[in-house]
Amino acid sequence: MAYLKKSPWLIHYNASSCNGCDIELLACLTPLYDVERFGIINTGNPKHADIFVIAGSVNDLNREVVLNIYNQMPDPKVVVAIGICACSGGVFAQCYNLSGGVDQVIPVDVYVPGCAARPESIIDGIVKSLGILEEKKEKMNKKEVSA
Amino acid sequence: MISVITAVIYLILAPLVGGLIAGIDRKLTARMQGRVGPPLLQPFYDVAKLCEKEDVTVTESQNFYILAYIVFMAVTGALFFAGGDLLLVIFAFTLAHVFIVLGAYAAYSPYSYIGAERELIILMAYEPMIILTAVGMYLVTGSFYVSDIAVSEMPVIMYLPGVFVGFLTILTIKLRKSPFDISTSHHGHQELVKGLTTEFSGSTLAKIEVAHWYETVVLLGIVYLFFGFNPLLALVVIAITYVLEIFVDNTFSRMKWQWTMKEGWGVALTFGFINLVILYYFPLGV
Repeated sequence: MAYLKKSPWLIHYNASSCNGCDIELLACLTPLYDVERFGIINTGNPKHADIFVIAGSVNDLNREVVLNIYNQMPDPKVVVAIGICACSGGVFAQCYNLSGGVDQVIPVDVYVPGCAARPESIIDGIVKSLGILEEKKEKMNKKEVSA
Repeated sequence: MISVITAVIYLILAPLVGGLIAGIDRKLTARMQGRVGPPLLQPFYDVAKLCEKEDVTVTESQNFYILAYIVFMAVTGALFFAGGDLLLVIFAFTLAHVFIVLGAYAAYSPYSYIGAERELIILMAYEPMIILTAVGMYLVTGSFYVSDIAVSEMPVIMYLPGVFVGFLTILTIKLRKSPFDISTSHHGHQELVKGLTTEFSGSTLAKIEVAHWYETVVLLGIVYLFFGFNPLLALVVIAITYVLEIFVDNTFSRMKWQWTMKEGWGVALTFGFINLVILYYFPLGV
């Protein structure tokens, strides 16, 4: 039952991020870091994804989009918030149109702070999320047994 | 003439061989891009993971179509490796693809719609050449049966060089390699989100993946038929062919669907058809 850990596919969404964290996340896919070593693929399709990587604090316009992506992902799924904006809203926390952190909209499992978050810490956060993915799968199994 | 044993061996071994080929493919691709790449068994991990995921099917009928797709793809290979009629193999092969197109249409999403339409274009593009391949083999060996062609003493490739070049081109189309990966891409998850397979997830997506492994083995089996007179040479050529396909995949960017159409019919007309005309007017001593 350890296959979830060996092939985590992620979907990446920019929820009003300045693009700094996005660039750092995409840097993880380049030859220098090459996260495909761990079987990680950037899918772009919520129905194929296991990990929702989200950068930027969610604003009023893309709140619906974030919810939509989250709801379309099949269980088990985890959410990784990349960058300080996604974690708490950062310097934009008080803005009139921002929700102030992704966790105000959808449940977040791993927070990766930084402005912008370094590729090393992003990889670290995603690896941490794999453990949570396993836990969620076990909970799913228990539910099925009890139901 | 029909051998059930080889068909059963194919049904059991083809997913293993096809998955390994996919793993080597990903590793080689990564190396060509200067990366380390995933483990060799990564395709198996992916399929195993997909089977662990939740089922979020919206339209129930799409799962039935995909089941039909994998069944007919397995039947195609079983017929082929049992030594059956090559024309029947091609018919089952086409039928399998009709089912995946129906599945994508059933899903009711703009991305899978465009993916399905493009898959139909791909079907049209490769079909003439694959039939010319079967006809060419008949002209050389005097039989449509795979069991006869495979053990034929005739050096098929010497008489059908044009057909072989044409077949290699449609092999690129069939293996979903750039520049022809217009309906859904093989490696990168980017074309039209994921084109044909956008709406499939979990174990249904795993079935599509396994069916593709079955398909790869059949297609490489057709390459074998060109070199049936020397099995060792045939295996070497299959290896070279596949590495060449990976090289092409990494060298070219994706083209428009018009280009796929022109290329598919272009090679069928020039290389395939002219080869057959020459063969027809200068008959062999068979």
